[in-house]
Amino acid sequence: MKTKLLSIAVLFCTFLFIAATPDAGYKPGDKAIDFKLKNVDGKMVSLADYKDAKGFIVTFTCNHCPFAKAYEDRIIALHNKYAPKGYPVVAINSNDVTKSPEDSFEAMIERAKDKKFPFAYVYDENQAIATAYGATRTPHMYVVKKEGSDLVVKYVGAIDDNSDDASAVTKKYLENALDEIIAGKEVTTNSTKAIGCTIKWKGTN
Amino acid sequence: MNWKYILLPYFTLISIFQFQICNAQVRVVKFNTMDSLLHKNSDTTLVINFWATWCKPCVTELPYFEELNKKYSSEKIKVILISLDFKRQLETRLNKFITENKISSEVLLLDEPDYNSWIDKVDSTWSGAIPATIVINKKSRLFFEKEFTSYAELSTIIKPLIQK
Repeated sequence: MKTKLLSIAVLFCTFLFIAATPDAGYKPGDKAIDFKLKNVDGKMVSLADYKDAKGFIVTFTCNHCPFAKAYEDRIIALHNKYAPKGYPVVAINSNDVTKSPEDSFEAMIERAKDKKFPFAYVYDENQAIATAYGATRTPHMYVVKKEGSDLVVKYVGAIDDNSDDASAVTKKYLENALDEIIAGKEVTTNSTKAIGCTIKWKGTN
Repeated sequence: MNWKYILLPYFTLISIFQFQICNAQVRVVKFNTMDSLLHKNSDTTLVINFWATWCKPCVTELPYFEELNKKYSSEKIKVILISLDFKRQLETRLNKFITENKISSEVLLLDEPDYNSWIDKVDSTWSGAIPATIVINKKSRLFFEKEFTSYAELSTIIKPLIQK
């Protein structure tokens, strides 16, 4: 009886431990999952659909966040520069619409139209992809590279070192990483951090 | 007696005084100033909250920090609100917000756009999402990358720290 109780207690504690361990999400070197999410044009989009791509600039962003807005033009420029080199942008909005009504699917369609997004802008309605990737804020960037049938994370973090003023940027973290990946080199700085709006999670708080 | 000579300096003084009140709200600081706060080894418990006027969850929890600052003002607790608003919006957004909402805690605007250069120095577990809060005193250092949902939740964390 005692051992049974003990094993239950151990099991319970293990569960507690698993539940309490924060999932930090993907780090460089990890394998990323693909997804199938609804794009602003109404079609479902998967990374697997991009047969010719060598990889992706997976961008967790949204409509409302001032930081995300500050970077919209730079994200468009990134896509225009790197899609021809095999690395298109795929933008994902994961915000809970009840907490952030401005980030509804309808508002995404509007935003994509207004800004003429040249890339897919998909809706992670159940937040499974943001959870799997470990995205915490917007914008939160992941560069993934196709290696055989895998999508390998090569860079996680910020776009550059000045969200407010694109003309004052001195370190282009994301571009440097992409240039090294395309040149077949190891990425020197493969992880950076930035201040951003929290992803608005369902059900918490 | 010409009243002009009395009233003119009087109004000048008053306007200077008011000008100073309006502009004494937010101090713009670099990382070094903030870093010295993070490593201050004093008896005062510092409650440092990272926020911005455009951050909805930050603005929602701000009254709890204000309440904490007021209730514990005599008990060696000091709330410092570190704004991550853009510097060019200091007057148009931040100072306006402070005035309109009658914020009484000390507010600093951290002017360090290369976030990656300092986020880890605040706390290595911080992803950079705001709100985030650090509670520091001689004995302990607690970090929260979360939004406090009530004054009770915040004060429950602070109370044990000041009873020692």
